Amino acid sequence: MAVTVKTFANSAEAAAVLSSDRGARYLGGGTLVMRALNEGDVSISTVVRANDQALARIEASGPRITLGAGVTFARILGERDLVFLHAPARSIGGPAVRNMGTVGGNLFAPNPYGDFTVALLALDATVAVQGGFGARDIAIEEFLQSRERQSGALVLSVSCTRPTSAEAFRYRKVARIKPKGGSVITLAAHLPISGGRIAGARIALGSMAPTQIRAKAAERALEGRILDAATISAAASAVTEGTSPSDNALGSAWYRREIVGVHLRRLLSGQE
Amino acid sequence: MSKTPLQFRHNGRDVAIFVDGGTNLLVALRELIGDMTPKFGCGQGGCGTCSVLIDGELHLSCLTLAETVAGRSIETLDGMKQGPNLHPLQRAFADNFAAQCGYCTPGMLMAAKALLDRNPSPSRAEVVEAISGNICRCTGYEPIINAILAAAGGRASA
Ligand SMILES: Cc1cc2nc3c(=O)[nH]c(=O)nc-3n(C[C@H](O)[C@H](O)[C@H](O)COP(=O)(O)OP(=O)(O)OC[C@H]3O[C@@H](n4cnc5c(N)ncnc54)[C@H](O)[C@@H]3O)c2cc1C
Ligand code: FES
Ligand code: FES
Repeated sequence: MAVTVKTFANSAEAAAVLSSDRGARYLGGGTLVMRALNEGDVSISTVVRANDQALARIEASGPRITLGAGVTFARILGERDLVFLHAPARSIGGPAVRNMGTVGGNLFAPNPYGDFTVALLALDATVAVQGGFGARDIAIEEFLQSRERQSGALVLSVSCTRPTSAEAFRYRKVARIKPKGGSVITLAAHLPISGGRIAGARIALGSMAPTQIRAKAAERALEGRILDAATISAAASAVTEGTSPSDNALGSAWYRREIVGVHLRRLLSGQE
Repeated sequence: MSKTPLQFRHNGRDVAIFVDGGTNLLVALRELIGDMTPKFGCGQGGCGTCSVLIDGELHLSCLTLAETVAGRSIETLDGMKQGPNLHPLQRAFADNFAAQCGYCTPGMLMAAKALLDRNPSPSRAEVVEAISGNICRCTGYEPIINAILAAAGGRASA
């Protein structure tokens, strides 16, 4: 079935249409929207595009970085200042999907997708959203919790603070097919160190709940500690608390609960 | 529903067509332009046989909204051969038995071209990565990887 395509030069106009038309869907890289259209998804009657240059902007020189919602994973991989985000960007799809898929679309990608968003959640990112009534910044955790209700809003960009060292931020995607494949589980850890101790621990998980979630019990086990074997064990045994994984073709809920502690232990102890 | 006029470059030639809203680039190329080299496998991004280059970058035409390529340059397998001669990649695929049923071949060749255009002497791991979005159900991949490495070697020494 044919749909109407509306293209705007500025994001505010696109946002106004998205918020007023329930059948309107924003087109980022299109890797999920076009899939839905090819399948004959009749819930989409209008496809909205914005050619606003601001959506494609990368600001990566300072301590706080901002990625426009339309930035692709291939572009992130081309930025030397964004090395800390290369592992999550590289873990997505094959080369064509990385040339097409965007940071903004990843925020909405359902399981087994949304790997980049796991990294952003561990980095306490902020999501800039343009609604019908103007723009606002939302903490990514809150954004994900209310994701269903965000469908009428346009994401403009995401920002986060650069980790202070390479060891402070770690990422691991468990997939059955390498170098490509949907996530069985995805983990990201941000462990800033202050005075030799972990201060502000963040552990984020993908495919362990309907949306990406933080493993808060594991974070508590790490907070204020030295990253030694005892602390790592405590975090690994607490990591399933609050999770609600499901079964899919890539793995069962039981399997996911069994392996998440093993992979967190490996991630925290720097094992391959 | 009204149609939208669309112009772009197709293998170095300007083309102008009218598309229905929501038409993907694969359908536009095959049904409106008559270029049958990009194949339909899944329409879901999963197989890669519809791969084309958009401004030199590898994209999946089945997941590309046709209207987004206005003014851009599209390369498909149809534009790969150089006059009467096969492109070195096509020659290497033939010499290395890298095609059996041939269904994946157009996408494999475009993915390989995207790689070699940027990186003329890739490692084996880089070749594996470059075709990781393309599925072949016949060859077991080894002959394809070898063909791409052979084409790269041939290019480097030529
Ligand atoms: C073969 C294949 C492999 C894949 N592998 C992976 C993988 O390994 N890991 C992974 O995480 N994902 C994967 N994906 C899923 C997908 O490609 C990515 O999640 C990608 O980031 C989605 O971005 P997009 O721009 O293409 O989204 P689109 O399809 O454009 O949009 C997806 C959703 O987000 C909404 N949206 C997009 N941008 C905005 C915005 N700025 N504001 C508001 N709403 C917006 C759209 O309306 C839509 O609902 C894969 C997809 C395919 C086809
Ligand atoms: S037809 Fe496009 S990826 Fe399969
Ligand atoms: S040759 Fe048959 S799918 Fe690759």
